Amino acid sequence: MAQLNMVQAINLALSQEMERDKRIVILGEDVGRDGGVFRVTEGLRERFGAGRLIDTPLSESALIGAAIGMAAYGLLPVAEIQFMGFIYPALDQLFTHAARLRARSRGRFTCPLVVRTPYGGGIKAPELHEESSEALFCHMPGIKVVVPSGPYTAKGLLLAALRDSNPVLFLEPTRLYRLIREEVPEDDYTIPLGRARLAREGQDVTVVAWGSMLERVIKAAAPYDAEVIDLLTLNPCDMETVLASVKKTGRAIIVHEAVKSAGFGAEIAATIAEEAILHLRAPVLRVTAPDVTMPMSKLLDSYLPTLEQIRKALDEVMTY
Amino acid sequence: MPEELLASFEVKHLSVLDENGNVDDLLMPPLSETEIRRIYESMVLARTFDERALSLQREGRLGTYPPILGQEASQVGSALALSPADWVFPSFREMGVHLTLGYPVHQLFQYWAGDERGQIAPAKLNIFPFCVSVGTHIPHAVGAAMAARYLGDPTVAVAYFGDGATSKGDFHEGFNMAGVFRLPVVFICQNNQWAISIPLKEQTAAVTLAQKAIAYGFDGVRVDGNDVFAVYRATTEALAKARSGGGPTFIECLTYRMADHTTADDAARYRPPEEVAAWRARDPILRLERYMVKRGLWSEEYGQELKKRTTAVIDEAVRAMEAIPSPEVAEMFDHTCATLSPRQAGQLKEL
Repeated sequence: MAQLNMVQAINLALSQEMERDKRIVILGEDVGRDGGVFRVTEGLRERFGAGRLIDTPLSESALIGAAIGMAAYGLLPVAEIQFMGFIYPALDQLFTHAARLRARSRGRFTCPLVVRTPYGGGIKAPELHEESSEALFCHMPGIKVVVPSGPYTAKGLLLAALRDSNPVLFLEPTRLYRLIREEVPEDDYTIPLGRARLAREGQDVTVVAWGSMLERVIKAAAPYDAEVIDLLTLNPCDMETVLASVKKTGRAIIVHEAVKSAGFGAEIAATIAEEAILHLRAPVLRVTAPDVTMPMSKLLDSYLPTLEQIRKALDEVMTY
Repeated sequence: MPEELLASFEVKHLSVLDENGNVDDLLMPPLSETEIRRIYESMVLARTFDERALSLQREGRLGTYPPILGQEASQVGSALALSPADWVFPSFREMGVHLTLGYPVHQLFQYWAGDERGQIAPAKLNIFPFCVSVGTHIPHAVGAAMAARYLGDPTVAVAYFGDGATSKGDFHEGFNMAGVFRLPVVFICQNNQWAISIPLKEQTAAVTLAQKAIAYGFDGVRVDGNDVFAVYRATTEALAKARSGGGPTFIECLTYRMADHTTADDAARYRPPEEVAAWRARDPILRLERYMVKRGLWSEEYGQELKKRTTAVIDEAVRAMEAIPSPEVAEMFDHTCATLSPRQAGQLKEL
């Protein structure tokens, strides 16, 4: 087993699956010759040829739209959107078509498409390069939303996404790309979509997080007997694991780097209220970004949830 | 330094059959008498379907419906040129294409009656669901053409859309990508001159729509969209070019939406009646009929017999459509994803 960072783990998953299944093609802006702006697809064009590593024009809607056509035709396209902030021109394609094709044609056509995109803050990039708009996609039935939290989960989830017959939005936390190294097996393994992971067991409080917030939550929760749930798939969401934990601990905090209003934390909090309210010993709290336009790097530390804010929330529910 | 001319362009207009039923022998495609009859019969089928759909809608047996009246030549002439393996990406006003390709008639009624199962194309036909969101299916044809090329299939992808779609971003993004990759795709625009209430001159400042292809590096041609032979000829040529690696073609069929945008629209609010009357005189079916009369291919008896035969087909389709039981509630859950999530399973149970 090798110690890999997330970029290497994703690259490994892609190359292994491309070797295994000739239907997989990658398309996107700068994914071929340049190997992607984060080098996630580096070396793949040399290995698999320009026919399978397609550099497209700068055209997000057409590249997702074309990927939908390819998927319906019988290929397994992996489309890269360079940064999540640039996915908005392709929302029409994802919402109007990718998410609905199976339903609209009553299964006659399917859309086994994976859209990969770097997401989240903390890399001092220009505007629109650090967006975290995962909740938009969770509101749209028919599209799965997956967020790995490290190299190991990235490889296993991506292999599962590539073998899923539904469209999958695969959000790669940019801040984690090279932050963590982990043992990543060379072997084929998948992490099932729709299943959360217990990142840490605990008795007193449940903290739910995903993506790059997980690492921060683990750090913040160190002094507490907290159970940390790494959601991994946001849609469909493994509420069963969340509810079982909350019923045990009686306290719940959700941490995400997207804004609070109508964020995915609201969905989790509402589900806890519906299904486990009598088990609660404290209000369900959310630690999130404020409801403002995402700032550039000078103010970013005040925007993203901090260790202190997470600890404050933990103290609040523990002393309620 | 002197200025130099880097590019100039010309746009051709193709017509074969004039309004009086005379053809240009040099341009007339080689069609047998049987084939000409088949074209005519397909156009009559399309019109009969359309008339029935309107009356069913008025009786409350169909939902909102977008008539195809006047566009039969564009739809039938292009569809007849396709191979069964080609992939078709229709907009929502293409029932004549479906009917010509042999799509089950009752399923077209079924769809417009509000049942998605009408969109389950038979296995032998690669027809995508109707695209209601204007122009957004154009990139899908581009992607299908990319996939066909990757797999080495001789398939051509064909996208149908209207003049309004040429103002959409996906038209331009899709055209650009098709040009860059020189893909086996044919774009067919039925320029019926009205996007609901917006006339063509308010949709674009360009003299033709066909010329928009030139900026993307491939040919655009305008054809008389009420001339079934011109449409057939242009489509046949574009398909042959696509199959032989010559890249995409854009065909602008200049036609006219003789009816309302949909059954929920009243075109009299925004269209001068003289204009509609002038186009009614250019009816694509009458034009072909005149030609067939001259060739001895049409007679009153044939016309009557065909009407009877076509009406029987439509009657049967309506009967078949109305005999289909309403979908089960589970139907809307079954196809959102391949499998139900625990939440969906719970919601289904509660309904």
